[in-house]
Amino acid sequence: MQKLGMGQAVNQALREEMHRDPNVFIAGEGVGVSIHVNPMFPTTGLLEEFGPGRVKDTPVSEAAIAGLAVGAAEAGLRPVVEIMFNPFFTLASDMIVNHAAKLRYLSGGKSSFPLVVRIKSGAGFGAGCQHSHNLEAWAAHCPGLKVVMPSTSADAKGMLKSAIRDDNPVIFIEHMGLYFAPMPVPEEEYLTPLGKADIKRQGSDLTVVTWSGMLGPAMSAAQKLSQEGIEAEIVDLRTLTPLDKETILSSVKKTGRLIVMHEATRTGGFAGEIAAVVMEEGFSYLKAPLRRVTGPDIPVPASPPLERFYIPGEEDLIKAAKEIV
Amino acid sequence: MEIPTQKKIEMLETMLLSRKFSDSLVELCKIQGKIPGMMILSTGQEAVGSGVCAALEPGDVIITNHRSHNHLLSKGADPKELMAEIFCKKTGCNKGKSGTLHLAVPEVNAPCTTTVVGGTLPIAVGRAFAQQYREESAITVCFFGDGAANEGSFHEALNLAALWQLPVIFLCENNLYAGAQRYEEHTRVIDLAKRAGAYGMPGVIVDGNDVQAVYAAARDARQRALEGGGPTLIECKTYRCRGHGETDPQHYQPRDEIKQWQEKCPIPRLSDELVSSRVISSEELKGMESRAEKIVEDAIRFAEESPYPEPHEALEDVYV
Ligand SMILES: Cc1ncc(C[n+]2csc(CCOP(=O)(O)OP(=O)(O)O)c2C)c(N)n1
Repeated sequence: MQKLGMGQAVNQALREEMHRDPNVFIAGEGVGVSIHVNPMFPTTGLLEEFGPGRVKDTPVSEAAIAGLAVGAAEAGLRPVVEIMFNPFFTLASDMIVNHAAKLRYLSGGKSSFPLVVRIKSGAGFGAGCQHSHNLEAWAAHCPGLKVVMPSTSADAKGMLKSAIRDDNPVIFIEHMGLYFAPMPVPEEEYLTPLGKADIKRQGSDLTVVTWSGMLGPAMSAAQKLSQEGIEAEIVDLRTLTPLDKETILSSVKKTGRLIVMHEATRTGGFAGEIAAVVMEEGFSYLKAPLRRVTGPDIPVPASPPLERFYIPGEEDLIKAAKEIV
Repeated sequence: MEIPTQKKIEMLETMLLSRKFSDSLVELCKIQGKIPGMMILSTGQEAVGSGVCAALEPGDVIITNHRSHNHLLSKGADPKELMAEIFCKKTGCNKGKSGTLHLAVPEVNAPCTTTVVGGTLPIAVGRAFAQQYREESAITVCFFGDGAANEGSFHEALNLAALWQLPVIFLCENNLYAGAQRYEEHTRVIDLAKRAGAYGMPGVIVDGNDVQAVYAAARDARQRALEGGGPTLIECKTYRCRGHGETDPQHYQPRDEIKQWQEKCPIPRLSDELVSSRVISSEELKGMESRAEKIVEDAIRFAEESPYPEPHEALEDVYV
């Protein structure tokens, strides 16, 4: 099987969908000619393959980029636009939150907005808080948006293809740390459904729900816990909205314990939503209080020791697991 | 109006300091693990920050963007504290929270470096509003690039500043590139300064590699603002001689274009004039260069020797 970083997997998905459907086009800052010449990046080579008519480099204008997607999608095109870093979602957010997410509803179901907003995210680059700020919970708070955060290259490819074919606006968040971690990706064509979590590791003692850049540390923590006789089940959420309650609840039913782990900050983070769902619908399954392993409530600092302090890791998960098992 | 000799010397000094500072960073940022984050430099654009800041008084404010080092040094920020922050050390001006990209030096009225493109413009409006509100004899300068002029914030900020006649200079550092895009690939209007008319404010085009021209334009705009004449848009035409950041191979910038602009370097342009008109001797120029070099060496040593912050310090400074 081929091994690809997440950026390459995204690149394959874009390529395949652009070949399949002439309505698919991409737009964003540097999606054609970029300051990076790097085969690991998601849009490398697309301009050469599809030309400037379908690979649109835009000015530094996030509101216009998002609005371009909304308007073009209403006309039946399938835009895939890129927001360079997650914090710049705020500049695009009016078009996404107030328009992409609401206009179908406002039309009484007559219109649809089949667009994808790809966002590069994640801490760990020493770039500081105006480049690293995970805002997935903001997007998930908006009815009308699907929010996807894959953790593996294979899922990224299959889910981006599904997102492009989906008739809803999809926020597709890629962790840049995963661009450089080659992982197996099937050679043949496939789609991975949105809204379906994936159990990446079976376990009987504890459920860990996680996504995106945190899957790696969660899996390695699970291995270490296993050496101490604690078997963690790792649920890779993959899609935040619509939320796959069924997979979460049935796992918690089996294990009786829950930890939610995400890189984003704690207060108002999506872990709170999952915790609430489990309290409402799976309270009787719980043998111990649930735990959240998250970033602390601070902007992501630039200095390496501070940034490492920020990013939740294997050790934090092991500690939380031992508190409740 | 004549430019005082002292001002010319001051501008040469800040340009030399900025150049030595960025030249040292070119090398330092190649060393694995030495400096985190993206290294964004303004080599060749020194005339802009140096010329503008020479026209300001200490009470005037600057709001700057990702390409900030020259602006901050010219405004009088301590090179040691800047360098230590760039190294992400505890002794840096922001205790390692900001790193190279978000240097904040409120002590010299440079309270904010924002890397969100276009972020400087509305903040400058607010800062200038406070100056007007308190009837201060001071202005705000907002630095931004040609790329930033295509964010919606540009439109909102310029309109509001003109409407309320706020004491602000919108200083567009047009270095011909925004990321990998050449100017004409992102903007149709030939001179950004022309947009000023649409907001009811004067727009001025300046040779951004001529520090004296930059100084004069900033001084005039400042004077007008202090007299209640409101904002000015100044477009300094210059060139980004290096990549967007230091990892950018500049594959999209024609080599001869880079070379042509390197030949228009603002530093010899001023120093040659000062030497040939005998304002300074070539020995004095050498002395100025080695003083700048010494300041940068001291700053690097200070940064190297400083400790990193303790991890738990990450939790400090979120709230007052
Ligand atoms: C809102 C926002 N969008 C995108 C970026 C990524 N980015 C950083 S600098 C830059 C180009 C800015 O060009 P310009 O304003 O001309 O300044 P220059 O870099 O040329 O000094 C871009 C697109 C950003 N930092 N903020």
